[in-house]
Amino acid sequence: MPMQTVKMVITGPFSAGKTEFIRSISEIDVVTTDEKIAAGSAEFETKEQTTVAMDFGRITVDDDLVLYLFGTPGQRRFDFMWEILAEGMLGFVVMVDSAKPETFREAKSILETFRAYAPTPYVVAANKQDHPEAWAPEDLRIALRIEENVKLLPCIATEKESVKNVLLELLYSILEEMDT
Amino acid sequence: MALKGNLADFSTTQILNLINLARKSGTLHVYEPVVVAGEFVDAGTGREEDRRPKVVPGQERVQIAFKDGQLVLAATGNTDGHLANVLHKAGKLNADQARVIRERGAKYSDKALALMLINANYVTQIDVVRSIQQHTLDIVYDVMTWNEEPFAFEENVLPPPEKITVPIDLKNVIIEGTRRAQEVKPLEDELPNLDMALKFPDAPGDKFRGIHLGVEEWRVVSFINPKNSIRQIAKACNMTDTEIRRVVYGLLQAGLVELVKPPGMQAPAQKTPTRASRRQAKAPAIEKSVVQRLIAKIKEA
Repeated sequence: MPMQTVKMVITGPFSAGKTEFIRSISEIDVVTTDEKIAAGSAEFETKEQTTVAMDFGRITVDDDLVLYLFGTPGQRRFDFMWEILAEGMLGFVVMVDSAKPETFREAKSILETFRAYAPTPYVVAANKQDHPEAWAPEDLRIALRIEENVKLLPCIATEKESVKNVLLELLYSILEEMDT
Repeated sequence: MALKGNLADFSTTQILNLINLARKSGTLHVYEPVVVAGEFVDAGTGREEDRRPKVVPGQERVQIAFKDGQLVLAATGNTDGHLANVLHKAGKLNADQARVIRERGAKYSDKALALMLINANYVTQIDVVRSIQQHTLDIVYDVMTWNEEPFAFEENVLPPPEKITVPIDLKNVIIEGTRRAQEVKPLEDELPNLDMALKFPDAPGDKFRGIHLGVEEWRVVSFINPKNSIRQIAKACNMTDTEIRRVVYGLLQAGLVELVKPPGMQAPAQKTPTRASRRQAKAPAIEKSVVQRLIAKIKEA
């Protein structure tokens, strides 16, 4: 029987926690294409490495089914990659850094862009909920104008159980979509 | 949970909308912006042009209190919130009266002072309520023009009971504040696509109750239909893009309308044909059992 592969995309603004999210659940060391950020650049203030093309994680279900997780590069200058990564995705997760309201506008913009790429189910992960300045998910829903029927889930990308919950909720949404 | 940020990222109008929709109670503090030399914040794009100097809260400029999603009181960082000053500003007391009351009434609370002034026939109860209401609105409309100040919302912190509070519906404040907005760029950011349509939310009668719309807003409202794009409404109302954006933005923020895609609308217009537009990207056809197997696997992971 040929191997079946399915793909989910993890997207969101620069430094929202996409790489950490994939790292927490992937059975393989995440294949990252991070490059060092030049000292003195805008991104260097936030982190020293950033994802250039994509992150890549894998969850093997059995001999004939594998789930791939693709993390998009957060920097806008690599947004030509987004559409390529979105092709054939089963669904997508939009990561939002709950403690950085300066990135909410970009998160909303990325969400709308991915919605336009494909009519697949998606969920929004309100990441960094353990941060003292994190906005509550219900406030984020209003701030980002997320419709009531879209799942907005609290998330801590460094915690496996939290990541599992987000992925499961996305899969439940995909199942519901199949039933309709 | 914190509700902190900067008005550059989350405007006063958006804060008021959040407080209104979430029926929040608490106090919004807005501060002088103090720039931190050599530190920057990124807007999440990673682009040089989208970063700006980091700003931290300085001295408090304004406090605005809300109860159950309604505006109830506002005060500036200085001392002009004394009831005598508020009544003087509203023309209900002259300067001498205000000065004497301030001096002799220093030990009284606003409520006690208002009662004495009403009993002494200096002012009526309606004068007091309207003066405080106008004072509160003047402060809030002023804050709605600010765009670089740090803010923090303290949940469930309300003015002391001796203060006079006057509930004001935030939807009207949002609409009036948007009318006064002069900046065009934020409106374009918030409402970039005029090819979207508008629809009324559930139970629109409840939402519109007590709302004071102007002629322009009513004209736009009369054309609201998921079949009409905002651009078509602008044409029918003879409005420019900026004018229609201002009206629609106010209605959206007040929760009176919602954005929808009009029938037949495709993905947002692109400058060049994209892979998605060429291939009409679709979700892959997979069996339900595949999703169920994925669920089982992740549960045990």
